[in-house]
Amino acid sequence: MKDTIIVEIPRYSPERDAEPHFQRFEVPVYKEWVVLDALNYIKDKLDGSLTYRWSCRMGICGSCGMMVNGEPKLSCATFLSTYARNGAAVRVEPLRYFPVIRDLVTELSDFLAKLKRVKPWLLREDEPSLAQGEFLQTPEQLEEYKQFSMCINCTLCYAACPVVGLDPVFVGPAAIALAQRYNKDSRDEGAEERLAILEHPEGIWGCTFVGECTRVCPKHVDPAGAIQQYKLTAALDWVKSFVMPLGRKNKDVDHAGKAA
Amino acid sequence: MPEKPLSKAPIYTEFHPRWYRPHVSVYWWLGQRQYLKFILREISSVFVAWFVVLMLLQLRALRSGPDAYSRFSHWLQNPLVIAINIVSLFFVIFHAITWFNLAPRAMAVRVRGKQLPEIMISAPNYAMWVVVSAGVAWLVLR
Repeated sequence: MKDTIIVEIPRYSPERDAEPHFQRFEVPVYKEWVVLDALNYIKDKLDGSLTYRWSCRMGICGSCGMMVNGEPKLSCATFLSTYARNGAAVRVEPLRYFPVIRDLVTELSDFLAKLKRVKPWLLREDEPSLAQGEFLQTPEQLEEYKQFSMCINCTLCYAACPVVGLDPVFVGPAAIALAQRYNKDSRDEGAEERLAILEHPEGIWGCTFVGECTRVCPKHVDPAGAIQQYKLTAALDWVKSFVMPLGRKNKDVDHAGKAA
Repeated sequence: MPEKPLSKAPIYTEFHPRWYRPHVSVYWWLGQRQYLKFILREISSVFVAWFVVLMLLQLRALRSGPDAYSRFSHWLQNPLVIAINIVSLFFVIFHAITWFNLAPRAMAVRVRGKQLPEIMISAPNYAMWVVVSAGVAWLVLR
């Protein structure tokens, strides 16, 4: 006889329900099955109306993030057998702190707007013509920002961050890490512009350094580190503006080592 | 638009007819060990402040002469004050350790293009702590 596990899922239909109610499904456990396999099994065999997001099932697309027993997880990268061994039921919920559209599907437009706010693209004062060729970058310069560029926008860090839950205007871990990814890029010249956007309680100063975003990040981006380093840059910039009141016009913020 | 009872006319948000927005409890930090640790770390700053106040009171007593200082020393021996100070000591140590452990997060030091390992940031902090503590102990206990 093969093992089974009870999967508890909050069902919510905007047309029918005022709030979610839990439904239990019995699902077989195979050694190689992840939580997403259990959801696919439910949708195929037990209840076709179950709604959830997924795409690549290999930890790249970032769409299958869910709360698994209260922990933000990529459901494609979380083995079912980990929970079956306890003999207990496993609870799969939509990512915390996000509005829920249906069942396990969260509303992301606020997150996407926040991402856009930090201007996550190369900002240049001058746009060199194509004829001048590509921007060259050394391996060391790539290494500067590579870690922060690994983000897949799975929003697990938002579901881990109590500040996001308590203060919905907070820009949040992934967006600030993304800003830092461009600040650290030798081709970018927008650090000062982004600092002006994020130098607020809604931005970097909203972070109280709980550190959970870094712990749950499936791509080891370390958003908490990015935000603390950003705070350091902002504080130094503030000190500099006192010491050299005219210096701010010169782009001396975080621009060391820029390629000419 | 959350927590509204169902009505005939749905309330339209930007993209969806309705959505459910769970409420964040005031006791959100009780549910998870990491959150509790974070809150304790935040609260520890109160005890750090208490030790600063205590030192200022001690300095004031010292300035006011031997009588005032012995009265202050006597007050310190009050069981309640001792209890508060023991709890404070625990929190201040907790504060220091969590602070040093988090320091590498905030400081990404690069040497010749390579990021220094975390231990290279936190270890000097701990070393300084030991040296300063030993210095203070030598001053007080000699």
